[in-house]
Amino acid sequence: MKIIVCMKQVPDPAAPPSGIKVDTEAKRVILPQGTPPVINPYDENALEAALMIKDAQGAKVTVISAGRNLAKTVLRKSLAAGADDLILLEDDAFEKLDSYATAHLLATAIRETGEYDLILCGRQAADTDGGQVGSGIAEIFKIPGITAACKVELSNGKVRVERVVSDGFEEIEAPTPALVTVSSEIGELRYPVLKAVMAAQKMPITVRNGQELGVDVSGLKSLNMVRLSAPPGRKTECQFIEGETPEEAGTNLALKVREAKLL
Amino acid sequence: MAEYKGIMTYCEITEGKLPSISTEVLGCGRRLADDLGQELCTVLVGSEVGSLAQEAITSGADKVYVVDDPQLKEYQTDSYVSVMEKVVRQVMPKILILGQTSVGRDLAPMLAFRLDTTATLDCVGLAIDPDTKLLQRIKPVYGGNAQATFTCDSYPQIATVRDKAMSPLESNASKRGEVITIDAGLDPSAIRTRLLKRVKEDEGGVRLEDAPIIVSGGRGIGSAEGFNQLQELAAMLKGAVGATRPPCDNRWAAPNQQVGITGKIVSPDLYIAIALSGSIQHLSGCGQSKSIIAINKDPEANIFNQANFGVVGDWKKVLPAFRDKLKELLPE
Repeated sequence: MKIIVCMKQVPDPAAPPSGIKVDTEAKRVILPQGTPPVINPYDENALEAALMIKDAQGAKVTVISAGRNLAKTVLRKSLAAGADDLILLEDDAFEKLDSYATAHLLATAIRETGEYDLILCGRQAADTDGGQVGSGIAEIFKIPGITAACKVELSNGKVRVERVVSDGFEEIEAPTPALVTVSSEIGELRYPVLKAVMAAQKMPITVRNGQELGVDVSGLKSLNMVRLSAPPGRKTECQFIEGETPEEAGTNLALKVREAKLL
Repeated sequence: MAEYKGIMTYCEITEGKLPSISTEVLGCGRRLADDLGQELCTVLVGSEVGSLAQEAITSGADKVYVVDDPQLKEYQTDSYVSVMEKVVRQVMPKILILGQTSVGRDLAPMLAFRLDTTATLDCVGLAIDPDTKLLQRIKPVYGGNAQATFTCDSYPQIATVRDKAMSPLESNASKRGEVITIDAGLDPSAIRTRLLKRVKEDEGGVRLEDAPIIVSGGRGIGSAEGFNQLQELAAMLKGAVGATRPPCDNRWAAPNQQVGITGKIVSPDLYIAIALSGSIQHLSGCGQSKSIIAINKDPEANIFNQANFGVVGDWKKVLPAFRDKLKELLPE
């Protein structure tokens, strides 16, 4: 059984919003100093889904990540958590690629690894919130694609997926090889023990640039951003309601809400 | 090569009706079509859906393509992608707009790649670039911490728009349009995914998307039992219960109760935010509420930057007193 997990490195999406600035001139988001790069949280969910399958029935889990200036120590977390291989596609030309180019690039690297049963991706990246690369890879390989999974099971050449929809959930089955994008409901990535973290720093990883992959980097399309602005903010001045005790504050809040005719 | 022309919208159907997102998308499409001086068409896909064509016309469409087939009774990725691929290849629209719903999120990227183009998902604004005539796609990035405008030069230009981000047109009963039937032409071998079951999760009364009052809880609620208390308040106020992502991931709340960038977009008259910090991803989903009141023990919590009224304190103590007093004050 072989499972591929695609991962993107993103700036920590949990950075406090108050510290985030937008440089409209340079069309760049300036994050608070010290915001670390992390694995896109939804891609961590995808890895967790892969590791659950590995726990249940054994599987080789290969992680592939593409970008520029990848932080190897950050991405090695996937090995510490239980992935078997880590392949980094690293090239100056791999920065800010659009979903089309990213999906094709990842597909090229997946093709090189040979046959696989399942490809897992996070449902979307926490920086661009694009939500397309997974579906794109499924279409490139002409394999079934299932999105926003909250449960993934693999058996007898079939993948069975539960996915959240607006009024409930649905269960879907498809023959493998297949691609599934994973949502956060599947659960957070297991916390690797210190020993595994140490061992992962020494595990060999594969690093490939555009030329080694046989990709014509000049043909890769970047995201064409014409403008970047601060979000239209909601301007409110919060009126704090107090009381001698929390209970009294609660009572006063009810009085205030009635007075302001909110209820 | 044939020329791409006109605007097409995908007209989602829920339980035999056009949901508000479909008329919002039509409204948005109409404005773009008028800007370009071109036609607006829409596509109805399903089983016995032809009767909705007139409503699509009065909501702005000049032409309605109807793909009616018993096999299309429910949305399934493979069948819907192949139907839409067929329609787009036949009609060749310059721009295709869908709603950012469970269906749109699934359908748009797959369809775009099948047509050898890419989509932009979750847009809050769409416009025509005056020089290039390309579709400008305005969407929140970094979880909503910034707003970017993208363009893309491949056709058709595909985008999904966020729920409640666009306004529908006023229905024009005298508007006439053309209805064209397209055969689904489904190839059974192209249907690889199989829907085994679909389970409706009863939200207990008012639908979250339509609720005028929402009582929403975050990580600080700590348990499913805690959410029962929120449910109790929501029932008293005839509202619905919402949640941030962590309670849904932990199943204290149902996943479809999630409000935010990966959940639902709501705009109630009153949003009662309890023990939730106010992450930007969550605020993307509730920031359009008319009023927000917040209860949180952390005075620095970001939700207080958005709230009209706030109490700094332990919700377990504040909420019961708040509820009891309201019960006393509110008319039966």
